[in-house]
Amino acid sequence: MSERDSPELPDFSVLKRLARDQLIYLLEQLPGKKDLFIEADLMSPLDRIANVSTLKQHEVDKLYKVEYKPVVSTSDQLCFLIRPRIQTVKWVCDVVNADKAAGKFKRYKIIFTPQKFYACETVLEEQGIFGDVSTDEWAFYLLPLDEDIINLELPEFFRDNFLEGDQRWVRTGGSALHLFHSIYGPFSKVYGIGRCSKMVYESWREQVKEGEQKARQAEVGTVFLIDRDVDFVTPLCSQVVYEGLVDDIFRIKCGCVEFGPDVTSSDKSIKVMLNSQDKVFNEIRNEHFSNVFGFLSQKARNLQTAYDKRRGMDIKQMKTFVSEELKGLKQEHRLLSLHIGASESMMKKKTKQDFQELLKTEHSLLEGFEIRECISFIEEHINRQVSMIESLRLLCLLSLTENGESNQFSNNLNSAWPCQSYGVDHLLTFANLKQLGLLVEQQPGETLTVMESKMGKLVNDKTAGKLTDAFSSLAKKSNFRALSRRLSLVPKSDEEYDLRVPRDMAYIFSGAYIPLSCKLIEQVLERDGWTGLEEVTRLLNGHEFAVTGSNGADLRPQSDAQRIILVMFLGGCTFSEISALRFLGRERGYKFIVLTTAITNSARLIEAMLDNHV
Amino acid sequence: VHCHTADQYTLKTELYEMCWNLRDGLRDCLVAAAPYGGPIALLREPHRRSPSSRPQLEIYSASGNSLASFPWKSGPVVQLGWTVNDELLCIQEDGTVLIYDLFGSFKRHFSMGQEVVQSQVLEAKVFHSPYGTGVAIVTGSSRFTLATNIDDLKLRRLPEVPGLQGAPSCWAVLTQDRQTKVLLANGADLFILDNTSCTAVSPPGLSPQVSSIVHMSVSFSYKYLALFTDTGHLWTGSAHLQDKLSEVDTKIRNPPKQMVWCRRPKSQQPSVVLMWDRLLLVAGVCNDIIQFPVEEQCVCVGELDGVRVVSSSRQELLQEVPLVCQEIFKIASMAPGALLLEAHREYEKCSQKADEYLREIKEQSMLGEAVRQCVEAAGHEYDIQTQKTLLRAASFGKCFLTDFSPDSFVATCRELRVLNAVREAGVGLPLTHSQFKQMTVQVLIDRLVYRQFYPLAIEICRYLKTPDYQGVSRVLKHWASCKVQQKDLSDEAIARAVCLKVGDSAGVSYSHIAAKAYECGRTELAIKLLDYEARSGEQVPLLLKMKRSQLALSKAVESGDTDLVYTVVTYLKNEMNRGDFFMTLRNQPVALSLYRQFCKLQEQDTLKDLYNQDDDHQELANYYVTASYREKRLESRLSVLQSAVDEYNKAKNEFAAKATEDEMRLLRFQRKLDDEKGAGLLGLSLQATMEALLALGLHKQAEQLYRDFRVPDKRYWWLKLKSLAEKEEWEELEKFSKSKKSPIGYLPFVEVCMKRHNKHEAKKYVSKVPPEQKVKAHLAVGDLEGAADAAIERRSEAEMGRCLLVAPPPTGC
Repeated sequence: MSERDSPELPDFSVLKRLARDQLIYLLEQLPGKKDLFIEADLMSPLDRIANVSTLKQHEVDKLYKVEYKPVVSTSDQLCFLIRPRIQTVKWVCDVVNADKAAGKFKRYKIIFTPQKFYACETVLEEQGIFGDVSTDEWAFYLLPLDEDIINLELPEFFRDNFLEGDQRWVRTGGSALHLFHSIYGPFSKVYGIGRCSKMVYESWREQVKEGEQKARQAEVGTVFLIDRDVDFVTPLCSQVVYEGLVDDIFRIKCGCVEFGPDVTSSDKSIKVMLNSQDKVFNEIRNEHFSNVFGFLSQKARNLQTAYDKRRGMDIKQMKTFVSEELKGLKQEHRLLSLHIGASESMMKKKTKQDFQELLKTEHSLLEGFEIRECISFIEEHINRQVSMIESLRLLCLLSLTENGESNQFSNNLNSAWPCQSYGVDHLLTFANLKQLGLLVEQQPGETLTVMESKMGKLVNDKTAGKLTDAFSSLAKKSNFRALSRRLSLVPKSDEEYDLRVPRDMAYIFSGAYIPLSCKLIEQVLERDGWTGLEEVTRLLNGHEFAVTGSNGADLRPQSDAQRIILVMFLGGCTFSEISALRFLGRERGYKFIVLTTAITNSARLIEAMLDNHV
Repeated sequence: VHCHTADQYTLKTELYEMCWNLRDGLRDCLVAAAPYGGPIALLREPHRRSPSSRPQLEIYSASGNSLASFPWKSGPVVQLGWTVNDELLCIQEDGTVLIYDLFGSFKRHFSMGQEVVQSQVLEAKVFHSPYGTGVAIVTGSSRFTLATNIDDLKLRRLPEVPGLQGAPSCWAVLTQDRQTKVLLANGADLFILDNTSCTAVSPPGLSPQVSSIVHMSVSFSYKYLALFTDTGHLWTGSAHLQDKLSEVDTKIRNPPKQMVWCRRPKSQQPSVVLMWDRLLLVAGVCNDIIQFPVEEQCVCVGELDGVRVVSSSRQELLQEVPLVCQEIFKIASMAPGALLLEAHREYEKCSQKADEYLREIKEQSMLGEAVRQCVEAAGHEYDIQTQKTLLRAASFGKCFLTDFSPDSFVATCRELRVLNAVREAGVGLPLTHSQFKQMTVQVLIDRLVYRQFYPLAIEICRYLKTPDYQGVSRVLKHWASCKVQQKDLSDEAIARAVCLKVGDSAGVSYSHIAAKAYECGRTELAIKLLDYEARSGEQVPLLLKMKRSQLALSKAVESGDTDLVYTVVTYLKNEMNRGDFFMTLRNQPVALSLYRQFCKLQEQDTLKDLYNQDDDHQELANYYVTASYREKRLESRLSVLQSAVDEYNKAKNEFAAKATEDEMRLLRFQRKLDDEKGAGLLGLSLQATMEALLALGLHKQAEQLYRDFRVPDKRYWWLKLKSLAEKEEWEELEKFSKSKKSPIGYLPFVEVCMKRHNKHEAKKYVSKVPPEQKVKAHLAVGDLEGAADAAIERRSEAEMGRCLLVAPPPTGC
């Protein structure tokens, strides 16, 4: 297919305005001076919406971070801006009860975002302060991180939904989609795969039915919903595209990264916003790391030439140069030196022998090649106690690609590893990984499938159907090998892969693997549905759906709105996947917008499986 | 029929020949008739007490159709009254108020206070205010008690009235300045009682000879007050007692049986209707009096714009003639409306005089006014023929106007059609146009629905194009709620009938209907009806109420609303015993995981019970492991871990059991060492413990752990290697390397030495490295030559390449 002009992306700044206006309205519901307590992980998102001076304009006196400690505020009005978490609500209860015991009378208001849960109110009630506190909801669902990324900033979505089977975020997902739909819809095609996706879709449909509808010109016409548990392999791989690598190493938080002294080559850290506004970053974010350095040095040379223009200028020319170009050049210069610093620092870490071997092992696992060597590499990795998270990641990758670790290997490992090395509480980590299907022992025979079909025969009605759904996660098998064959996820290794001129999405993993999630999206868009992918969906445990032509929206495939595709990742997505989608968009004349519950990577995924006992 | 009286201002319209057949007329009856053409309740011989002949309570429509009749079996009744929702209040001597619906079925009761049981109610009044329907009583101890709204009962006992013995000579309830007060007369003294005080007042200009005020009446709007004195004078004035309107001598000394204000809003000529046994007297403020002889006992019902006079044979409406009607129907009137009416009359006779009249109106350019007058007058008219005549005249006049908005004409036509329909004796709602406008269509529909005139109500809604949720849907909802109470029909039949009629009309909630069915004790029907409810969230509360908890839980789960699931779970937790509760959860995985999540944060112990119940040994064991971290003392921690081991064993998870046992062993070991050497090991993992031991130089103990816990050789070697290099104990390291053949090879030795920049030590191990790693080893220590030699020896091009890669460029370049 030839390259086409990509359509224009819709403007997402309206989302920020909406959120800000609503927050201001809520703050004004508590007139007078007040102190505002903000949940730690809401600080950065809030910063994108309303800065401190905006808050001060609306009579916020002091700002505090929620730290689960007694409060020192002297204000007689306290406002808490928090996520609907029981732990935080309990802390608020403690604050209120302490004031009561000290005979202080204050006004309290809790603003839950994006919504409140009944369980939170139960806690208020149990602690006897239901009447003392007023509660509100700040429907801040969508945070635009970049021109094509919208984040829900709900990292706990992943664990709650996929591990604990707690579906309370489903409606949140539906509401988020509803909000997006009401501004940029109506959608004419909705595809999806995964149990959670389906529930989110249904929740959204219900909310559409309840609300009124206005005929509008759609800005986004197609939606694809996908559960994170459809593809665990991709997020567990090491990222080698620049943006992903920066996230792996420095951890990008809410679109912002902190570069330490080793990058800035000074004694202080610098916080940098990473988005398309950063001209330098915008050009390298989707590049394979091996190209970045060359690119940056070229850029440095260009910059130098631009500076050099000064020489031989007369006063007038110099004046225009200073007023028009110099500032831009300086800015670019600053960014360039930061990215060069970051690249150098990453180079140091990543070009080491170990990293190369690590990548080689990952690639072998993906290809299903030289498994024995891989296993001994992992074993050594563990023995050397390099990093627990890293070791777990490799184990999971092995289990997923090999459909469970081989018995002998797991015995070897298990008896020795987790508890001896890191304490007995990692028994629970293992239990969690197992429950999620990330780390399973190979089953002798096909016992699970037999049980599945038995269940299927026994129960046919609706409620019982849900029961089998609940069990299906127990019977989860990754089937990676079969999927990889069907979708040709691993390009033939005998051909040379030129990373400078990527020929497919595999370039984001050095040409070794096309991410399953993105491949599914590509296939469904190409086929206009799931036809022909029956075997694939069977291997993925089903739950696929395709709905077209709702709301009488514009269905012409040529229209711009049809070529702007919203991909909603439930449970998070990685920067590599976003890069892959951007590549796919360029190739096929689409524009992808990524709506995700959180930005994830292998470390975050594994960390979510740990049980803390603090 | 128009009955223009001498003064031309009062109109007496016959509304109905009463359909009822009262043997003894209205004698010896307690009567309550509601305003706005409301129903009439009669209690015959209320004072009869013998069980063999109880008083009979009868309920009629305004036209006298019997709605209910039953013997009164409860205590003696002092007063009857109607609420704004057409409910009958029966106030008993003991202060109990019983509430019945239009069809005589008992709804509920309340009491006006405990002390009333002793002192008894002497008199009571039912009154209406913006807050709803209220009840006021005066007791035998001369105390007043008020309830302003019986649907939100708050009893207020008013202050004592000085000098009052028994009942006052007369009293009334006033609503002023958003406060409800009692106005009462004790002889010639007048008092106003409010929440906190009793104030003596005197009406301005009341003649001083008066020794007693014997009757009083407050107008419908609470704006005017009429007092009747023992001297036969009627004083009228504002209810604020600021102004006097008039004082009329009726020349009758007997107190009237009833006294009611008769005025219409914005009236110029308010008047009071006084009624004695054989006489009805209308006294206007202009000192003129009109008398009507009465043959039978009557009851007067005050209305917004007049007075209804009900007797055993007929019902009449006394009204001040609306201004517009006066103008049109006055003899020889030259008002534009009157001329238009005349013009139309002539036109129908095909007389050219029509043109003359029309010209006359047009010359004064009053045609628009004429049409307006005719339309307005038609609205006020009760007689259908007259309505038609007036509307035809208006329609005729309209033809000669170019830009006259037809809205008022059309609206009046529609409204009259509705009014005529409800005025039919069969329906019996004698509403005037003003009353209808005041009460609104919604209330009219409600009243029709209370009377079960469903088809008529629906027709009216459709005719007036009332939005569905206010109109048809509401009627259907009432209908269905009533339908489910029909005892003679089977559950299936009712459910089918309801579904057929209601279908999926917007705004009709099946859960509401089902709730009604459940209230009447028809649980099965309620469940059937709930099945039609599209929103599963709506089904849940009722299902809980009906104790169908399992069903409620699965509906909540189906709704996808986790808050709802959680509500049900919380409810069940309090309602059921533990065992049943857990069993229920077990069948609902979604609810179970939700509850588990909550327990993890809030109720750890419940979590344990939950796993116990399920015999989920694996989870139980995990729970113990988690719990062990909360134990501060080692002994209790060990015992919790032992429980974990037991559970893991039960779960046949040998690996985990073993690991936990190891952990316990490790903890004991650490404690011992901490005690002996103060090593500070407690709580560290095995690996970390060995690391710490090696760092402390406690090699023997580390060795012991390595053997006891069967740490893999490779791992131990790596550990010891790194630890020795860290401390730069090169001799120890060399000894260690020779202790036996290294399971991890010797390349790591080279590497750790180089990491500490000790090339000398590193070189010692290069020779021990197997050939395939030699190049790497040589390169690591920076021995390019050795590396090259090794590469050549192995004839490996790749390795040679690697050597070249690190080789410095030839000098001089």
